[in-house]
Amino acid sequence: MATLHALANPARFLKIARPLTPALFWAGVALIALGCWAGLTQTPPDYLQGETVRILYIHVPAAWLGMGGWSGIAISSIMLLVWRHPLAGIAARAIALPGAVFAALCLMTGSIWGRPTWGTWWQWDGRLTSMLLLFFVYLGYMALAKADADRGGDGRVPALYGLAGSVLLPIIRYSVIWWNTLHQGPSIGLTKSTIDGAILWPLPIMLAGFTFVFAGIVLMRMRTLLATAKAEARMRRMARA
Amino acid sequence: MKAKHQRLTLALLALGAVVVAGLLALSALKDQASFFYAPSDVKRDGLPLGRAVRLGGMVADGSVKRAADGVTVHFTVTDGAATTPVVFAGIVPNLFREKSGVVAEGQFQADGRFVASNLLAKHDEKYMPPEMAGKMHETKTLAPDRGS
Repeated sequence: MATLHALANPARFLKIARPLTPALFWAGVALIALGCWAGLTQTPPDYLQGETVRILYIHVPAAWLGMGGWSGIAISSIMLLVWRHPLAGIAARAIALPGAVFAALCLMTGSIWGRPTWGTWWQWDGRLTSMLLLFFVYLGYMALAKADADRGGDGRVPALYGLAGSVLLPIIRYSVIWWNTLHQGPSIGLTKSTIDGAILWPLPIMLAGFTFVFAGIVLMRMRTLLATAKAEARMRRMARA
Repeated sequence: MKAKHQRLTLALLALGAVVVAGLLALSALKDQASFFYAPSDVKRDGLPLGRAVRLGGMVADGSVKRAADGVTVHFTVTDGAATTPVVFAGIVPNLFREKSGVVAEGQFQADGRFVASNLLAKHDEKYMPPEMAGKMHETKTLAPDRGS
């Protein structure tokens, strides 16, 4: 907690974020390039799906960040509501857009994957529907947080929305276990995976790469939001003077 | 400090309540949110006649028979506990095969058969290279362990 409170000072945060932003972003891009090369050329096809299985190297990280993004919004919301952390609202707003983009990427790659394997672009099964809901919840959050910020709100209303939206995370995760769905069960658990090692190994590289790029984008957006707030405050002062 | 602790407790309680609400919704919707009927659901609750439904399960080993007209396929869907005979006329998906998952869209007939208008392939969560699957096929460990 001590380090988080040290970062409560935006000036100190900016000092760290400035060099960290490009470092994270480009490290992520390099890892994604490596992972794409490995996933496209160095792994065998699946015994059942053939080459189609390679979509998982994009689909799984996109799903991970679509859901991870909302976890970030939920944690930021708690920090805003409990500690009134000055950067928490900024962080949540910065996460929302890339989170929604990755949720959309997950839905799109899933659809492209579903056509050759299942024989359908889209079905209203539990997993697909709950992920689509999460995408809409992101859009709602962005509209609400923007409206709150524009009216000079303290961010508590979007933070409550951020907490309430977490209801979808366990539903998405357990939809394929507790309901019967077209989507298969989870392949990756905490300790083991039902994906064979020969196919699995580029996936952690892609997960790390996507996560670094995501973190870089979030820092970039946080800096933009802070700079915008600063510029607006200065304009108001000048208008008064 | 005290107000802060109060807010922390409240926020954590709210988060816990939200997660529990999600899990409750999951289990409450178990029947309604199911994507398909399994053969044992049909056996237990009777045939859902006169409306379009989905039937899902495994294509029983050795049950796929192609009719002489070349487009009609007969097979049996099983979930380990019960089976349903299915008839389908049309193009089957690439991943349609025996001992693999299938979701059929169509209608039950009064005699218990299921007439499918569309087939979807459902694969399991295992991914492996072909040579490895070949080995495992021989030892029969590839048999799907998730019935429905």
